[in-house]
Amino acid sequence: MTANEKQARIDALRQRYLELKSAGDDLAPKALPGPTAPGGAPIASNRVRITEDIPGGWYWTVRLARGERLRLVNTAATPGVSVFMWNAADTSERYNSADTVKLQWNASLPRGRVLFSDMGRVLASIVEDTCCAHDTIVGGSTPASSLAKYGADGLRNTAENMRLAASKFGLGKRDLAPVISFFSPVVVGADGRFEWRDGVLKDGDFVELRAEMDLLVAVSNCPHPFSPDATFAPAPVQAVVWQGPAPDADDLCRTATAEAVRGFENTDPLFAAR
Amino acid sequence: MSFICTSTETLNPADATYDFTIPATRPWSHVVKRGQVMRIVDLEGQQAVDTLFYNAHDFTERYSAQDTLLAQGSAYVTTGTRLLSNEGRLMLTVVADSCGRHDTSAGACSCEANTVRFGHHTRYMHACRENFVIEVAKWGMTKRDVVPNINFFMNVPIEPDGRLAIVDGISAPGAHVDMVAAMDVLCVISNCPQVNNPCNGFDPTPVRVLIWDAPEAEAA
Repeated sequence: MTANEKQARIDALRQRYLELKSAGDDLAPKALPGPTAPGGAPIASNRVRITEDIPGGWYWTVRLARGERLRLVNTAATPGVSVFMWNAADTSERYNSADTVKLQWNASLPRGRVLFSDMGRVLASIVEDTCCAHDTIVGGSTPASSLAKYGADGLRNTAENMRLAASKFGLGKRDLAPVISFFSPVVVGADGRFEWRDGVLKDGDFVELRAEMDLLVAVSNCPHPFSPDATFAPAPVQAVVWQGPAPDADDLCRTATAEAVRGFENTDPLFAAR
Repeated sequence: MSFICTSTETLNPADATYDFTIPATRPWSHVVKRGQVMRIVDLEGQQAVDTLFYNAHDFTERYSAQDTLLAQGSAYVTTGTRLLSNEGRLMLTVVADSCGRHDTSAGACSCEANTVRFGHHTRYMHACRENFVIEVAKWGMTKRDVVPNINFFMNVPIEPDGRLAIVDGISAPGAHVDMVAAMDVLCVISNCPQVNNPCNGFDPTPVRVLIWDAPEAEAA
């Protein structure tokens, strides 16, 4: 390849990338609908399979079938509920924080966004969300962060909760990776420092995930390490598993972005009729 | 051992105990001993170096991006960053950085992720996670052990509104980053083959890895 040919190739690749970036930055966010109205999106009580109150500091595990929904209700505005998930059919496929933010050109993950596995497939869609303030860059608490923050050793924390939750599926340390923490308004300031936005969380906030494949899900109800609570006193959260309506052809999460469309093109064949 | 690294800038490549140039697009791994200084040189500039660390004596202990950023309180890797494991322990400390900023939020490219981001036509292009799996397999590990990594010399600003994208690298030819190992670590690198975004200036190039033994401690 001559130098000119090489430069032409670089220029063409750059142009294509800039077009994709522009679409991701400018067009995709306009397609997102904003938060679910408080008290909106009622659940049909006859479609509920499980209701579970997860005490503050504790963890919970659940298997979801493709199409089932998991609503996490933050009854008393506890600051942070962390989630990790695996493909139930092959646990080497699991939530990938880096792909989730990179593929959607955004670390902000409000209603309309999806959670990607490491295999370019969609694990779950964020179909309802009154809060729209979640964090998958920093994640959850650790023994060290809780000791530093609260001055007490041995407090329950997300790192250990996730190991316990994984164990209940027969999984271990090697099966864990960065988590996503819902109800965690963390942003990156212009100086690169993380900032916690006060006044965002409200009693009764909820986020609802629709399983896009059969999933193993781990939930840890421990405060985000950057939340301003001075004492360790997480409130309970409620988990509701229910069977919602099947997605329409113009389903928001399946169609909001070109990236989501391709993610579902990778996911749906796993479940196509044989 | 009272070794405190005050400056690695005077280290002479001729004195390095290990010196290897990783060809463009290729994987590499090597054990760095506690106290040794590891340098990665971006020989031609704007080359992402996707990097993972494992405790050399227990591979279930590995680099954790979230532990590292949580302890640091800020989003980028640079001089002073303490690279922590999933046990919250110090693996290495970044002691010099002529580039200024490195990413640890955007992870490594994969064939599958490329299809989502760039289109299905990019599936059969070599990718970092292919390199990682090939390299960790030499040490008995699998895809299960590949976690979100550090991208040295890759520029991924995260905006206050959450927007995040790989933009043109800021590493000049010869830019380098130096780390001191606080434990024996297995370092695994994918010299990134991506040509669909600017992380390699759309033209992957070689990088050089140098390792120096721990300098003698100052008068004990």
